[in-house]
Amino acid sequence: MTDVNAAPAPAASAAEVPMVLAEGVSKSFGSNQVLKSISLEVKRGEVMCLVGPSGSGKSTFLRCINHLEAVTTGRLSVDGQLVGYREAGGKLYELSPKDAARQRRDIGMVFQRFNLFPHMTALENVMEAPVLVKGTPKAQAKARALELLDRVGLADRSDYYPAHLSGGQQQRVAIARALAMDPKLMLFDEPTSALDPELVGEVLDVMKGLAQSGMTMIVVTHEMGFAREVADSLVFMDGGVVVETGPPREVLANPQHNRTKAFLSKVL
Amino acid sequence: MSTSASGRGAVGTVPPPHGGHDEPAPIKAVKLRHPWRNVFAVVLVLILVLFVLDAAQRPAYDWPTVAKYLFDRRVSQAALVTLELTALSMLFAIIIGVILAIMRLSPNPVVKSVAWFYLWIFRGTPVYVQLVFWGLIAIIYQTIDVGIPFTEPWVSFDTADLIPVFWIAVIGLSLNEAAYMAEIVRAGLLSVDAGQDEAATALGMSWSQTMRRVILPQAMRVIIPPTGNEVISMLKTTSLVTAVPLTTELYSRTRDISAETFNPIPLLIVASIWYLFFTSVLMVGQYFLEKRFARGIGDRPDAGPGPIVGTPATGVLPAVVQDPTIGAKQGGDAR
Ligand SMILES: Nc1ncnc2c1ncn2[C@@H]1O[C@H](COP(=O)(O)OP(=O)(O)OP(=O)(O)O)[C@@H](O)[C@H]1O
Ligand SMILES: [Mg+2]
Repeated sequence: MTDVNAAPAPAASAAEVPMVLAEGVSKSFGSNQVLKSISLEVKRGEVMCLVGPSGSGKSTFLRCINHLEAVTTGRLSVDGQLVGYREAGGKLYELSPKDAARQRRDIGMVFQRFNLFPHMTALENVMEAPVLVKGTPKAQAKARALELLDRVGLADRSDYYPAHLSGGQQQRVAIARALAMDPKLMLFDEPTSALDPELVGEVLDVMKGLAQSGMTMIVVTHEMGFAREVADSLVFMDGGVVVETGPPREVLANPQHNRTKAFLSKVL
Repeated sequence: MSTSASGRGAVGTVPPPHGGHDEPAPIKAVKLRHPWRNVFAVVLVLILVLFVLDAAQRPAYDWPTVAKYLFDRRVSQAALVTLELTALSMLFAIIIGVILAIMRLSPNPVVKSVAWFYLWIFRGTPVYVQLVFWGLIAIIYQTIDVGIPFTEPWVSFDTADLIPVFWIAVIGLSLNEAAYMAEIVRAGLLSVDAGQDEAATALGMSWSQTMRRVILPQAMRVIIPPTGNEVISMLKTTSLVTAVPLTTELYSRTRDISAETFNPIPLLIVASIWYLFFTSVLMVGQYFLEKRFARGIGDRPDAGPGPIVGTPATGVLPAVVQDPTIGAKQGGDAR
């Protein structure tokens, strides 16, 4: 854990494999380079908060981690496994859709706009993937789903359709839905940005509980209070590059770069 | 308009209550008359009554013959054939239509163009002409051979023996209808928010699982109403299979009977009554299907979830801004 600048650690052998390791990750859409040589490390059980102005590539980076987008250059691995590729004999082979889906199972994702399945109740939303993807028996999946809904404080809302839940409740169902797959890593893309201010707290509390339970999390957020209190590291991105990274209290109290200062002065 | 928070009363037609009554008095006003509207309605009813009275005793309609043939075995059997034609043709049309719709959304340009070409052919020519073509299939392709192209076939079937006329009609109708269904399904698929696909994929669902469990059920809401219309339309289009020629369905059969009785009009009425009966049943079925697929969506209350705001959150500092009375259960602890 003390090995801060873990430069070349490709092979997954040691017990201390970081949960997420990005080495020189770049991503372009056509000629538009959105991520420019990002190198980051998130250790097991760590919470990393990712902040930065709109368009800086935060969502794109999260989407690369679970291979909703393919990276253009660099190496990105989750739990020692290369994302989206298989390496054999010094060559990379693109994963089949089936194998890519298998990788995504272990990575939970929570979206700004919840993206709950509107034609399913809260309970069905949470049960769906375990039953469909993992083949968990229905009764078992249901018990687990109810347990998770209880954990996010929505035991009494399990039969509600998303349209009949408040934004904060929907987002908590979405968190429960992601947790139902027993992920080893959770990605949050501005989970509270679409919420009315009075509903933000209930979602952040669930996330805080999750962090305390030891979940590895990457959170894109504008909630600096949450970052300060919960995160182990804060990363400031701008224009597709990592400008500054460090413990949140230090970065927030004493930003080193002008761009960080300018951004924080607007957000805080 | 009403910008003040207490401007509710100003929006409605109700004047602000005088005094402290909480129940404002209903408006007493002389109703605006619509004399011409009423005149028109009366005229319409009159015309209708005249027509019915006249039709009831006009010999050309020959109501006794209508009554005689309405439940004639030959007619009801033909009605059943019409139903079978409709059901089977729609079934295949929907299956092929879904495939074509997915092909049109494919990133592969060849796949996309093939689907487009299909639509171009089958929507660009009259269904009657297509049915005549299908009727001639046994002349165009006299045998159907199984084997390696340009070599001696292993087995060879006589086309006319292999495909009965009924199935030629089904093929003709469904291939034509598939082109229309493809566009309906495509519109339905495109109506589903891209976030749904993303959420399902992120959960580890495969493409087909995502389609089956997440995208198609939601697309159904958009697909069903026009598909219901297509079914009703198909029911009526089956009367064209006489072009194949298939003569066991409702319209051809009643025409054949009228060739014996030398009186086509009552049998046209018989056929119309059957068609009307079926379309009415289908409309009821469509109503219930639409309700079923509106689950969780159709009855969205006005005050839905928090608005999806485009502006970035402005760094709400929880400790300061959090209203302790709201969400106190979770949010009240030390920040
Ligand atoms: N699928 C795509 N195709 C082309 N360009 C894209 C695509 N997705 C994102 N981009 C571009 O990548 C850039 C970064 O987008 P991204 O969504 O990652 O930013 P962000 O930091 O999440 O911003 P925000 O705070 O607004 O969510 C933007 O300029 C965007 O236009
Ligand atoms: Mg984003």
